[in-house]
Amino acid sequence: MDLKILKILKVGLVSCSGEAIPGGTLSRLACRKVLEELRPGETVTICLPLFIAGGKEEREFASSYPTVTVDGCDKRCAQRSTEKLSGKPARALLIPDILKKHGIDLPTSLRNLRPEEKAAAQVVAEEIARTVDEVLNE
Amino acid sequence: MTMKTKKVVVLACSGIGKVYGALARETTYELVDRVRPGVVVTTCLPLLVVEDPEAIQLISDNPVMTIDGCPKSCAQKSVEAHGVKAAKTYQAINFYKAHKELKPDGIAELDANGLQLAAVSADELAQAVDELAAGEET
Repeated sequence: MDLKILKILKVGLVSCSGEAIPGGTLSRLACRKVLEELRPGETVTICLPLFIAGGKEEREFASSYPTVTVDGCDKRCAQRSTEKLSGKPARALLIPDILKKHGIDLPTSLRNLRPEEKAAAQVVAEEIARTVDEVLNE
Repeated sequence: MTMKTKKVVVLACSGIGKVYGALARETTYELVDRVRPGVVVTTCLPLLVVEDPEAIQLISDNPVMTIDGCPKSCAQKSVEAHGVKAAKTYQAINFYKAHKELKPDGIAELDANGLQLAAVSADELAQAVDELAAGEET
């Protein structure tokens, strides 16, 4: 069989989901937007702590799917957890970098995001979706 | 005599795939922001996955309450992975079972029922928080 014809069908998203930082909230909202609206059917996700609390199946996530990690701060928990417990991500995104690229300030709310903060989530989601496309086309 | 009041660390499920993860997180925010500000603190659950020293210190020095969104109990297990036993453990689905008139919906953001359920649940957890803050670990 010609391995070149095998095509990746889904990309795994691993979101920071940090509860104590606005970047975590933004990461969660943006990833859900990609999963539900922008790339449904082409993306799957896993709860990050399942790398510890789950079993073999959860830890094989990064070998089952090329992954895109999305981190809300420079501690990079999603990227580091995925690398350490599952496998090397295909791409590692950092929300402050994405916002800086688009000239947007980092939100300050953990919940009840203001309209401009929701707009930032849309920008981040679109960047994630573009990255998913890149990985799917490799 | 002055009674020493401790901080109480509430850790929510980090899930981005289920409504009860969102309910766990919102209940935690209600405790931190409205019900027991200054007493309840939280941190990002993924910090425990990457073995962040400050996060480990926080859960080691203070009583911990976990609120999980599914039976995989990531919040509880992430605490236990560092040799700490949570003083109180909760499953968010039981908040709904206690208030079936408030069926929550939404994952990235809860609907009105979910927000109300989180507020009611946080009020009901206040007594347990107060006991832990007073050093009455049960």
